[in-house]
Amino acid sequence: MNKVLKTPITCQDVEQVNIGDIVFLDGYLVTCRDMAHRRLIDMGMKLPVDLDGLAILHAGPIVAKEGESWKMVSIGPTTSMRMEVHEKEFIGQTGVKLIIGKGGMGPETVEGCAAHKAVHAVFPGGCAVLAASRVEEIERVEWLDLGMPEALWVCRVTNFGPLIISIDTKGNNLFNKNRAGFNAKKGPIVEEISKHIRFIK
Amino acid sequence: MQHAQAVTTMTTIMAKFTDYIGKHLPDDIVAKLSELRSAEDSALAKVVYDSMFENLAKADELNRPCCQDTGVIQFFIKAGADFPLLSDVRPILDEAVRTATRQAPLRHNAVEIFIEKNTGDNTGDRIPWIDWDIVPNDSGITLEVYMAGGGCSLPGQGKTLMPAAGYEGVTQFVFDVMTSYGVNACPPLLVGIGIGGSIEVAATLSKKALFRSIGSRNPDPNGAVMERLIEKGLNDIGIGPQGLSGKTSVMGVHIEKAARHPSTISVAVSVGCWAHRRGTIHINENMSYEILSHKGVTL
Repeated sequence: MNKVLKTPITCQDVEQVNIGDIVFLDGYLVTCRDMAHRRLIDMGMKLPVDLDGLAILHAGPIVAKEGESWKMVSIGPTTSMRMEVHEKEFIGQTGVKLIIGKGGMGPETVEGCAAHKAVHAVFPGGCAVLAASRVEEIERVEWLDLGMPEALWVCRVTNFGPLIISIDTKGNNLFNKNRAGFNAKKGPIVEEISKHIRFIK
Repeated sequence: MQHAQAVTTMTTIMAKFTDYIGKHLPDDIVAKLSELRSAEDSALAKVVYDSMFENLAKADELNRPCCQDTGVIQFFIKAGADFPLLSDVRPILDEAVRTATRQAPLRHNAVEIFIEKNTGDNTGDRIPWIDWDIVPNDSGITLEVYMAGGGCSLPGQGKTLMPAAGYEGVTQFVFDVMTSYGVNACPPLLVGIGIGGSIEVAATLSKKALFRSIGSRNPDPNGAVMERLIEKGLNDIGIGPQGLSGKTSVMGVHIEKAARHPSTISVAVSVGCWAHRRGTIHINENMSYEILSHKGVTL
């Protein structure tokens, strides 16, 4: 059985998941990337969507207009690290519970997730048609003046995943752990290669 | 063929090809990904590779861009000096990009500097980017179409070192980029390394290295040795798909070089994500064409 998080997501729901868990999402997912974060935090603009208990996706989708409604064509995660400078405060102000993106995030987001009970998860990058196939409907769009990638697309999703938990509510960070491992291996490997490439003599 | 008709034909070919490469990875990349997938045994690495291949199948079935970030479109061209449409290539490619953007559809990815507005059609100041090589005594044109996504453009870096740092310093730089920015750039990555005497030379070459087919080696024996060593070393770090750790890290390591100044050694790194959307097409002067990157495909 897949572990499923349903919106509205509660603090208890997110406290039960740990880094490395694979989960799926049912409910409401809103795209929020660079400009949505910048407008709320740096410019003090009110977000046009109430994110309390919902999930956000760091993504700029391709959408197609069909009559009066919108169809999701392709939607994959973007690099979450770009939102690191704003995410802690974003979580505090909005009450968002699940942040989905690509790659890891840093210590500020870890603090925000622990303080306000939220988690960060990775959807496999580049798998945008797979993700679009899990979007039932785009219910509305806000801040379309920002252009297609930066607008807030309010999506109803079913079985959206796989989502790999990368930051949990207990201060754990999967990418940090991995990165420490990569860095520990790096030194000896570079040293060994260096012995064979002393072409400048 | 009349000149005007040839322009229309080439515009249609390039619009369709640009659309196509956003939806289908080239043959060598798919083969390499299959090989890397079969080596993995952990639950996380497997679920990611399964998602990648399910996604490629769905993109093909539904005729959609396989990744939502269809990049800023770049064309790296080897144009015959006698190619009859040489003066028309810029307007042809601008129009091809506009058409592909509507028809594929592609994401709007051209934001004008200072005005800070998305142009909405993927053209803009100097965009689509065109890089020219002129081939003497040739009447055809070969175009590499590349969709450089934001995620895999972010690690792009360069540095000019002093010769005392040597190729050892070059190697250290590559590994530092890969274990920091590379982790988030949708690995397994294709790693392009440019080495030369100044930063823009190294940067351009690092991008061109991404257009070599997987498995090819630098013709210089030392260059080939260095490619193999860095590739093995990066794989031994085990970055895995999406940086979640695994048996490998990269699809390949390619080095391109230019002779350097005695006082400098510049290195630059460009990476291609696993969804490495590049396509190679050759067009003859009579507007017949051959697609080199995706065998057996007609537009």
